[in-house]
Amino acid sequence: MTLTREQCFEQLLLGKAVKSEGWLEQIRLEALEHAEAMNFPSARHDDWRFTDLSPLFLHGFHPVDSFARLTLSDIEKFLIPGAIRLVFIDGCYAAELSDLTQAGSGITVASLVECFGGGCSRDGRSGDHLVEENFGRHAPYKQDAFVALNTNFFEDGAWVSVASELAEPIHLLHVATRREVPSAIYPRCMVVMESSSRATVVEDYVGLDDGIYFSNAVTEVVLKEHAQLQHVRVQREEKNAFHVGHCSVESGRDSVYAAISVALGARLSRHTLHVTQQGEGAEMHLDGLALIAGRQIADTHTRIDHAVPRGKSVQLHKCIADGSAHAIFSGKIMVHAGAVGTDSVQSSRNLLLSDKARIDTQPQLEIFNDDVSCKHGATVGQIDADALFFLKSRGFSEEGARNLLTHAFAAEIIDKIPVPFLVESLGRAILERISGART
Amino acid sequence: MINKGSKVLLEVKNLKAEVAGVAGVAGAEILKGVDLTVRAGEVHAIMGINGSGKSTFSKVLAGHPDYTVTGGKATFEGKDLFSLAPEQRARAGIFLAFQYPVEIPGVSNSALLRLAYNTLQTERGLEELDPLEFDDLVQEKIKVVEMDPSFLGRSVNEGFSGGEKKRNEILQMAVLEPKLAILDETDSGLDIDALRIVAKGVKSLLSSDNAVVMVTHYQRLLNYIVPDYVHVMDGGRIVRTGGKELALELEARGYDWLRAAA
Repeated sequence: MTLTREQCFEQLLLGKAVKSEGWLEQIRLEALEHAEAMNFPSARHDDWRFTDLSPLFLHGFHPVDSFARLTLSDIEKFLIPGAIRLVFIDGCYAAELSDLTQAGSGITVASLVECFGGGCSRDGRSGDHLVEENFGRHAPYKQDAFVALNTNFFEDGAWVSVASELAEPIHLLHVATRREVPSAIYPRCMVVMESSSRATVVEDYVGLDDGIYFSNAVTEVVLKEHAQLQHVRVQREEKNAFHVGHCSVESGRDSVYAAISVALGARLSRHTLHVTQQGEGAEMHLDGLALIAGRQIADTHTRIDHAVPRGKSVQLHKCIADGSAHAIFSGKIMVHAGAVGTDSVQSSRNLLLSDKARIDTQPQLEIFNDDVSCKHGATVGQIDADALFFLKSRGFSEEGARNLLTHAFAAEIIDKIPVPFLVESLGRAILERISGART
Repeated sequence: MINKGSKVLLEVKNLKAEVAGVAGVAGAEILKGVDLTVRAGEVHAIMGINGSGKSTFSKVLAGHPDYTVTGGKATFEGKDLFSLAPEQRARAGIFLAFQYPVEIPGVSNSALLRLAYNTLQTERGLEELDPLEFDDLVQEKIKVVEMDPSFLGRSVNEGFSGGEKKRNEILQMAVLEPKLAILDETDSGLDIDALRIVAKGVKSLLSSDNAVVMVTHYQRLLNYIVPDYVHVMDGGRIVRTGGKELALELEARGYDWLRAAA
């Protein structure tokens, strides 16, 4: 079955209505109204010109009507030891698989639905009030069709609010299961870092069986002044899955936001990360890796808006494409007129492992004042011939040498993840992926 | 040490090679008929001016893809060298210390050494070492080149000084224990302290079972590692072979008298 772009989108609009109360119902209805007036972006849309969405239109995606029951052993290999954990199965909260025992004072980690009911109060204020102040205020559901769909149809999501310093990572594990028909799922996360708080949050998108599904995720992050967040995002969906994710971040005065995004899975994936510097002196680090093979398409779009003075942004994005895979990176850095003293470095480094693979990279810097220090650059290359010969001269096989060099190229990003368990498990997954791609 | 009865490791006869051509254009011939026999226990020095072909010779022996062998033959322990891929030569016991060591960001020195070591262990039908066992071994070996153990955790040659890179090559040699080590201008770019350490390291690895071929520009390395044979290369051939005194004569008189003679 092949649908038209419109038919596929309409099928999604027929999703299951999720009822809420009060302000949230307002937002949902507003989002639906906007979604109904929209469609999937076409290649004529500047932000989508390299990304061919047509593989998505081979399927009609259906809402998830009954939620699968899983046990801890089903998801064991993903569990980060010692982490605070929220687990969502096909977009629905799984309390029995979650672990909140490490969440101490000053930390709220809960399902959004619990919070909407006022069930996660903190410091004498109702949880609902805190959520209302923030939820839906950052991700652009009025402009972006995917965000609009998510905002209307999301079933549940993660609510993280941190007002202290937290050593253990918070793991938001979104599990997709195999279903009878292709399904649409809508993961949602909201992270609020209060003043001077510190935490590590891991958003993790995994697939359990080789199913066809469309995961359309939205995350909103707010950092108040002096807050520090390490935000890890891992996309390791199943190989026939589709994944579109949007993350909007607002960084307050003297805050430090460090994002590390890793895209390994899905037939087609897109990740949009938009960081807006709201407060003076905010620091933003954006690291990204897309490692794909076969017929995979992985698109990463980032945008950093330096809106106020003394902002600092450092970005390193890497793509590795094997087989006939197609990786896309577009990174825009906007330095607005008032953003004096901005210091920004952006680098896009790419590795092509086969003649049929393709990488499009588009670093963009737009500067509207003179008092800035901005640099950017991009390289696309193949495995270094000198390094390859060196390794062979030490006894490595051609394949072993190529794998080691490819892994090393990826490791520069992976090693920045502040969760040793993830560094190790992703490192292993990458090695398997690299060596599996050619056999 | 010369022992005419010891086993022949490397035998090269009338070797000719050129730079691999690009897009149908034939490359330039650089080696024009090299002969060399290396027995176990021997130390050879190959000297010559820039462009004489001595670095090319070492790369051709290691199987560098930039060069094509166009004539002659070479055997290593009786096996046809040119039928072996670079990694097979390494596994057979040939080691090339690079003139310009390669930086490999993201691969730690210890991982490189362990993976390379275990590849050879497997080849030799021996047990692989796990990271802990290997660490014991490498901590011993690192003393040979007087290197700080912190270098093991760093990416291969990344941010190393010229001298540290050369010491790192010798560390690899110490771990891999080759039968034939070819040192391609390992002495170039070294200050006197680094030269002494590198030379001492190489010397400590010499035995009656292995051999070293040192490709060098200058005589000074030979003050530390006394060669059994000195060969002078010019125009892609070995034009003169002698004992250690030939190196001293070259130091005193330069290369011109030999070139004229050739």
